[in-house]
Parts: sequence; C-alpha cells; structure tokens
Amino acid sequence: MTYLIAFAIIFLLAVVVIQIGKLSELSARIRGEEAEERSVNNTQGMALVAFMVVFLIACVWSAWAYKDQMLGYGPLTSASAHGFELDHIFNVTLFFTGIVFIITHILLFWYSYKYRKVNNTDKAMFFAHDTKLEMIWTVVPAVVMTYLVANGLIAWNNIFPTLGPDSKHIEIEATGYQFAWDIRYPGADGKLGNKDFRLIDPANNSLGVDWKDEASVDDIILGGSDKIVLPKDSTIKVRITAKDVLHNFYLPHFRVKMDAVPGLPTSFIFTPVKTTKEFREQLSKFPEWQVPADPADPTGPKKWETFEYELACAELCGKGHYSMRRIVEVVEREEFDTWLASQKPFYVTNIRGKEYDPWAGKKLFPFEIKARANELKSDIANYLSDTTGTASRNIQLKHVFYATGSADLNSDLSKYELDHLVELMAKYPSLKVELAGHTDNVGDAASNQVLSNSRAGNVLSYLLSKGVNSGRLSAKGYGQDQPLESNDSAEGRQANRRTELRIISK
Amino acid sequence: MANVTFHEEDVLIKEQGFNDHFHEHHHGDKYQTNFIFHYIFSMDHKIIARQFLITGIIWAIIGAAMSVIFRLQLGFPEESLTWIKPFLGKWIVVDPTTGIGKLAPEFYYALVTMHGTIIVFFVLTAGLSGTFSNLLIPLQIGARDMASPFMNMLSYWFFFLAGIVMFYSLFLSTGPFSGGWVAYPPLSALPQASSGSGTGMTLWLVSLVLFVVSVLLGGINYITTILNLRTKGMSLWRMPLPIWAFFVTAILGLLSFPVLASGFFMLIFDRSLGTSFFLSDIFIAGQALDRVGGSPILYQHLFWFLGHPEVYIIILPAMGLVSEVMSVHSRKPIFGYRAMVYSIMAIGFLSFIVWAHHMFMAGINPFIANFFVVFTLIIAVPSAVKVFNWITTLYGGNIRLNTPMLFAIGFVSMFISGGLTGIFLGNSAIDIVMHDTYFVVAHFHIVMGVAAFFGMFAGVYHWFPKMYGRFMNETLGKIHFWGTMISAYAIFWPMHYIGMAGVPRRYYSFDTFDAFKHFTDLNKFITIFAIVAFFVQLIFVINFFYSIWYGKKMKTKNPWEANTVEWTTPIEPIHGNWPGNLPTVHRWAYDYNKDEREFVQQHVPLKDGEVGDH
Repeated sequence: MTYLIAFAIIFLLAVVVIQIGKLSELSARIRGEEAEERSVNNTQGMALVAFMVVFLIACVWSAWAYKDQMLGYGPLTSASAHGFELDHIFNVTLFFTGIVFIITHILLFWYSYKYRKVNNTDKAMFFAHDTKLEMIWTVVPAVVMTYLVANGLIAWNNIFPTLGPDSKHIEIEATGYQFAWDIRYPGADGKLGNKDFRLIDPANNSLGVDWKDEASVDDIILGGSDKIVLPKDSTIKVRITAKDVLHNFYLPHFRVKMDAVPGLPTSFIFTPVKTTKEFREQLSKFPEWQVPADPADPTGPKKWETFEYELACAELCGKGHYSMRRIVEVVEREEFDTWLASQKPFYVTNIRGKEYDPWAGKKLFPFEIKARANELKSDIANYLSDTTGTASRNIQLKHVFYATGSADLNSDLSKYELDHLVELMAKYPSLKVELAGHTDNVGDAASNQVLSNSRAGNVLSYLLSKGVNSGRLSAKGYGQDQPLESNDSAEGRQANRRTELRIISK
Repeated sequence: MANVTFHEEDVLIKEQGFNDHFHEHHHGDKYQTNFIFHYIFSMDHKIIARQFLITGIIWAIIGAAMSVIFRLQLGFPEESLTWIKPFLGKWIVVDPTTGIGKLAPEFYYALVTMHGTIIVFFVLTAGLSGTFSNLLIPLQIGARDMASPFMNMLSYWFFFLAGIVMFYSLFLSTGPFSGGWVAYPPLSALPQASSGSGTGMTLWLVSLVLFVVSVLLGGINYITTILNLRTKGMSLWRMPLPIWAFFVTAILGLLSFPVLASGFFMLIFDRSLGTSFFLSDIFIAGQALDRVGGSPILYQHLFWFLGHPEVYIIILPAMGLVSEVMSVHSRKPIFGYRAMVYSIMAIGFLSFIVWAHHMFMAGINPFIANFFVVFTLIIAVPSAVKVFNWITTLYGGNIRLNTPMLFAIGFVSMFISGGLTGIFLGNSAIDIVMHDTYFVVAHFHIVMGVAAFFGMFAGVYHWFPKMYGRFMNETLGKIHFWGTMISAYAIFWPMHYIGMAGVPRRYYSFDTFDAFKHFTDLNKFITIFAIVAFFVQLIFVINFFYSIWYGKKMKTKNPWEANTVEWTTPIEPIHGNWPGNLPTVHRWAYDYNKDEREFVQQHVPLKDGEVGDH
C-alpha cells in the first residue's frame, strides 16, 4: 500500500511537471516570442549574477567556518616534520588557484549577464582571436605552474630520501591484511628479520617471520590492540607490506600515506615532531575540543584529553576497509627506549622451545647463554652458602647436549655451560663434584646404563681437557633408575634424559 | 530572420552543392523498410545516436539511484533502510531486535563500484560520446552516414550486450563486483578476497571487454568518417569544434582501450587460468597461494594507461559541444578557434603521458613521479587557454540565456572549479595528503562528472530539435539547470573540506575513527542534496520523453540560426541526411555577426572581397 501511494505521488508529480511545462509554453505564446526572450534573458542573467555572489560568498564563508577541522589549519597542524612543508605548498597552491577561481567566476557570470540579449537590435561584436591576449593567458599559467611544480618536486624528493647504511633511523614494519594491521619492531639489534608468506601460520606465525634469520629472534610484534608507540624527533622508516590484497598505510596527522602491496614492500620515512601529549595540549586551546568527549557524560574527560593519533587504511581492500584502525602514540625518545626494552620478543615468548622452533637443539642465543650462566652460578652459590640444608646438591646441567642416540658430546652447544662450570670450579677451589648421567626407560636397562656411563664420562673428559684437576671430578652413570618424572609422556622422558652436577664436597 | 531565407538555402545546395549520386543507388533504403530495421537494428547514424542516448539515460538513472542509496548510508547511518528491502532483499540487513535495516557493507561497496563503472563507461563514454559523435559527425561534416553503418550498428549492440551482462550481474546472489571501478588486483583477482570478486567480477570483465569492442568499432568509424567523408570544401580547419573533439576523442579511445583490454585479459587469466601476472606473495583465507612473481602495480599501469585518457574521452566531447553551443547562443565566433583545436590536441597528447599521477602513493619509484608531475601540470596550460577562450567568447556577445546556453556556462564554472583542484592533486607532494580522500572525490566528480553531464545536457537541449523535430520545454529545462547547478555544488563543494580533514573515500562508515567522524552534519547536507539532484534529473527525463512526442514543433530548419550544415537538412530526418546534393562548404563554422550579417552558414559562398575563415 505504501508503495502504491509512493508511486501515485511520483506519477502526480510527473503530471505536475508536465503541466508546468505546458503552461510555460502557453504563456510564452501569449506574450510573444520576443518579449518572452527578453524577459527570460533578464531573469536568467540576474539569476546567474545572484548565483555567483551567493556562491562565492558561501565558498569563502564555509571555508572559514570549517577551517579548524582541516589538516594544516587551526589545531591540526602537522605532527611530522615533512608535513609542514606539504601544508605550506597546499596553501601556496590555494592562493593562486583561489585568485583564478574568483576572477574567472566573476568574469564568466558577469559577462553572461552583461552581454545578454535585451533588444532585438542588439548586435554581438566579431572578435575571433587576439594573439596578444592568447599569449598572456598561455604564458601566465605556464609561469605559475612552473613555480608550483618546482616547489612541489623539491618537497617530494626530500620526503623520499635514500637512507645510507649508517643512518640512525628506526625501521618498523606494518603489515596490512583483511582487516587489520600488524606492527613489528626490531629488537635490540635494530634489524627486522626476514619474512616469507609461505611461512605464515595463522596460529603461531601470522606474519610469516623467518625465525631462521637471527635478526628476527629479537623482533617484537605488537598485539592486536596495542598502541603503536613511536619516539618523537627520531627518523622512522616504516616498511609497509601486505599479506592478501592492497592496503594503504595512512597516518592523517603525520601526512603519511603509502600503499601496502603484496610481494612488493614499500616504505615511508618521516619524523614525528609532537608527542601525543603535546598534540593534545595544542588541541586544548580550541573551544570545539573543550567539550566532553562523551556527550552523555558531561563530567568525563574533555575531547582533547581523549585525542589519539590514528592509523587507517586508504586503499579499498574489501568489506571491512573502513575499520582498520590502530592507535598511534608518540612519546619522548627515552620513554620509547624504555618501552621497547620492556617488550618481549615474539620468538622468545611464543616460539622458543616449541616443536616448530627451527633452532631447537641447534643453537643457543646469547640471551639464553647469559641467563643460563647466571642460573648455574647462583645454583652453586646457593648450595655453598646454604646453612639450612634446603638447597639441593643436585644441579641439572641444562645446556649439556649429546648427539641423538649416542654418547658424543655436542660440544658446539655444550661448551658454554661447561666453560662456565670450569670458571666456577676455579672460583671455588675446594669444590668437588660428580657428573651424573641419567636416561629415560626407552630400550633395555643395561644399554641405558652403558649410555649414561659414557655420557658422564665424556663430560668429565671435556672438563679435564679444560684443565680442571682430575682429583676434583668423578663421573657415574645411573641409567634409567632415577627418573625425575614419569616416563609415560614425551615431556617426562625428555626431562629424565639429563646430566647432573652432584656436589660431593664444598 | 536574417538575410538568408530557407528557399535560398535550398537553392544554394541545389545549385552549388556537391552531387555524390547518392540518391541514384538507393542503397541502404531496404534496411529502413520495417520497424525492426528502422528503429532497432538500424544502421542510420541518427537512430543509433538516439539509441545511445536513451540507453545512456536509463543507465544514468540506475547509476544515480545507486549513489542515492549509498549516500543514505553515509548521511543517515542511524536511519532504517528497511523500506528499500523489497528492492535490495538480503543486502538490507535487518537487526531482529530493533527492526532497523542497514545496508550490508559488501553491497555498499558493490553500489559504489557499480556507480563508478556505469557512469564512467556506460553514461559518460557511450551515452555522451556515442550519442553526439554519431549524431553530429555525419551531419556537421556533410556526410550521408558513417563510413561503415554496419560497424556503427555493431558498436551500439556490443554496448547493449555489455549493458545486459552488467545488469545481470546486479542480481547475483554473491552480488555484483565490489572492488572499486578501477578493479585493482589482488582484490579483483581472488574470489576469496571479497564476495563480489567471484561471479560478479567475471561478469564485470566480460561486460567491459564487450564494451571495449563497442568503443573500438565506434572509434574506428568516427575517425574514418571524419578523414574520408567530409563534404566538398570541409577542410579540417573548417570543421566545427565538436568534430575536432570527437576526432581526438576517438583517437584516444583507439589507442588506449586496447591497453585496458590487455590488462583485463591478463586479469581474466589470473582469475581463471592460474597465471600470476598481478599476483605475488599472497596469503589469503588461511592459505598461502602458489602464485608468485607478478606485480599488482603492473595492472595499475595498464589500467591508468586507459584510465587517464578515459577522463579526456569523457570531457573532450563535452568541451566540443559547449564550444559550439556557446558560440551559437552568444552569436559570436568561438574565440581563438585554432587555439581551441591545438589545446584539444595538446590535452589529447598529454593525456597519454600522465597516467601514473593516479599512482603516486601506489609504491612506484618516487623518482619516476617527477616526470608525471611535470606532464600532469602542463595540462593546466591548454585547459586554462580553453577556459579563457570560452569566457572571451561571452565577452561582447548577444547572449541568449536559454537552457543549452545555461548548461554551457555551468560547464565552464564546473570545469574551472574541478580543474583548479586538479592542480593540487597533480602535485605529488600535496597528493601525499589528499590521495584517496574526499578531496579527490570532489575533484573528479566536479571536473569530469558534473562538467561532462553539463556538456551533455547542453548538447541534448541544443540538438534535441535535430533529433526529434521538436523542442524540449524551456521552463522545465531551466528548473533542471538551476536544480542541478545548485545541488551539484552543494554535494561536491563540502567534500573538499571533508577531504582536507583527511577523511578517506570508500568508507562505509566514518564512526570507527575519531579523526573522521566529525562531519555528520555535512554528510547529511550532501545526502539531502544528492536526493534533490536525483529528482531534478527526473524532471529532465520527463521533459525529454514528453518532448519527443508532445514538445513544441520545430517549424524552421535552423531554429538557433546556427552556421553548421546539420541545420540545412530537412526537419523530418531522412536517410542520407540531404534530399539532393550535399552542401558545399565555403567557410568555417563561426561567422557570426561578421560584416553586418547575424550569421553566415558554412555553405554560403564568400562575397566578393570577403576574407574567409579565421
């Protein structure tokens, strides 16, 4: 029924339109063609001039009214170093084009009015061309354009510099995918590790970082809702990549925009010059930012207090294109360094020691060697200084490894732990220890006994070769008799295969 | 009336015209004998022009209606759209608790994509260039018809077929293509990336390949006709400006559409045959694709190698029409005829070496951008020349402010407003800030959307009597003009501000971002005027169809007192255009108010001692 009424209304409107048309033709015929043309030219001419006046005033007035909302004006001055120059070029262009806009519009509408046909005796002039005039309006735009192009290109080429190998910039990586951004920071080494889309595993490695690249093991990957933290006054190079379709890394407040292209990393270099806090203070001076952020909560924080820099997507990437938001926070450099140091590398928390760790049993990382050295040192020191009898005399040598199924010591990996032990033996000259080999219950007990004997013996030989007095060392295999945990699980068996340091006397 | 009467005209053509023995052969007449071959599978350029125009109008209504629907989402995101559920079905998602119906984001993007594709290709390429090239080329150069009327017919029917395929895609259960009218891969190449990239994209590609065939068949014909079938005396430098514009437009189309087609074929191969022209390093829908070594940017190069000339394919015919309309109704020669022709050529040439200005932020080498900035901003010079020449054409005129003239004036205003913002965007440094924001939306809608429509309207109102032997209603025309002029600026002017605030285009909702959600009022304002603009266009549609049958009759052959030879043909159009001889041309098309004569038609010989041409 509603639709019927709607169609009826549309039909009636069409009839009205046709009737208006008929009536106007009738009245024109009554008035006579000449009188009609004169009256039409007068009203249309005046309408054109009126339109021009209202239009030009509306343009200027509305631009003024919305000025503070636009990037580059009012409180929204650039938050990056290069942005000021872009805003300046924008204004220079606005100045020239504004002049042309106003002059041409005045001429266009004024001539249309002034030279309208009023009387039948009116004549147009025959004015087909004028070389001088035409030269003027060819050369003047050419000169102005040259100036604008030169300005623009100088700025453009400064924004895309070539950073040398000794440049002090911080390189971070942004990866767009449907429909969010992942952000990766280099760890202490300042280098982002390689990645490869074929390594992507949505559960454990959503970026496809190649953990075999040592540069990647200290890389930090921000969680989905974490703020992207950037330091003020430091050059940032964002490496921009995409996993599935095109995206665009867009930071409006920083005048940063660059497509993220699958298979072709792009980059943008910029320097934030205002911390989030400073930008908020800048906003606080403007009345439209002094209202409550949440209109329903008039006593809550003001709008300027809740301001955040934002990262958006500016290249159509599918149905969720409009929702790829992340918050960016700019802080002072020291604060940034502290923040970065407090972030745990993704590899350490999520990959190390898991079955998909490519370095398992193959490599010890400096941070692990250092941590283990400290652990061994304190374990021994604890026992030596212990007076209550609670400290264990059995200390597991966690970083002693053998070739699989054999008693041969993997000295490439084991040397760190054993060398530290050598140092500690030197530090405590009266210390006497036994090296105890243990196995799990796989295979028969007799061969396990043999294996544990020779493993302990091999550790002993290594220590002897490093100059520890043979009187302070002994070695013994315990086979499968002293499991730490149940042999029923793989983890249990792994724990049971071990070499221990048993302190015989202080 | 002026010095020359109709009787004398006929005598002139009869006595001094060129006899090509056309009417001795009666070829072609057999194709006009029944309804089907006269009106449907017609080979007559005048009928084909009308077919292009009416098909274009239908597509324009569809494309505009789509924009109204997605503007409703942007302007009134809180309002329920349940009332259009009967039309859009499942694409309006009704919240079961509140009963509020919302446009599905997938379909929002489908509407945006279809709006762009339809308006750019079907309306402003086929509907504008197809209509007026067909109508005016033979009539204004004094030819009986196109060089190949059969190819001309095919050109329309390929366009029609393209339209059918695209229209069908609107009703797919997965929706029409929704990856933007530029169809960048990988989004457009991978059905996993978006529901519209499945069958919707396949049909989109099929439709546009058919469309390219249509443009090429048309274009070859236009070029051949202009080069070979000009009547006696119609030298190139005597051609009216619309013909120059159509000529350069056809050349642009002929050189650039095949490149687009090659890009489309590569995309089809990537989609269907497992090639990797545009694909590399992709992990999508839980799977790493075995497609490496391609580059998505290659597609962008191929696309914009057409895409940029395409905007001139759209605007040059409008410029040509406006130049003619403006000269006729100012009763003055177009100012700087040769400069106008040279600037059309310069724009046409430059349009081939600026394409990468659409790609400054796409990941191309920043150094390359330098060249494209320079070439792009050089285009401002011929464009400025054209604008100043139009304004000077008005100066000292005796202007009739009728509807075609108003639209011509409106065109110049739009071309200035939209052209000037191009100076911002063509400068790669500013483009970092403005790229893919609403500033771009404002720019191209004003300069090639609204302006091209204005040129088209000027042409339709001006040549309607030539097409249908009747006039369109002037009062309705003026309501149409003022309604369109005001609402077009009300829609697109505020978008500059939204863009300058950094709001990206192609956002379904602005609420996700604090930086983008400040413009609720402006978005409402824009949407209201979009609705107004839509209904004002319906006035045009009513006026158009009503006037075909009931408009004021054309009683004289040359109602506008224009110089070009199409106004020497009979009021009732006939096959072969002129009943006897073809007119012989003695002068350029712009002898208005020359030596005391109000107008001197092109086939009037020079008087003794008169200096001809320009």
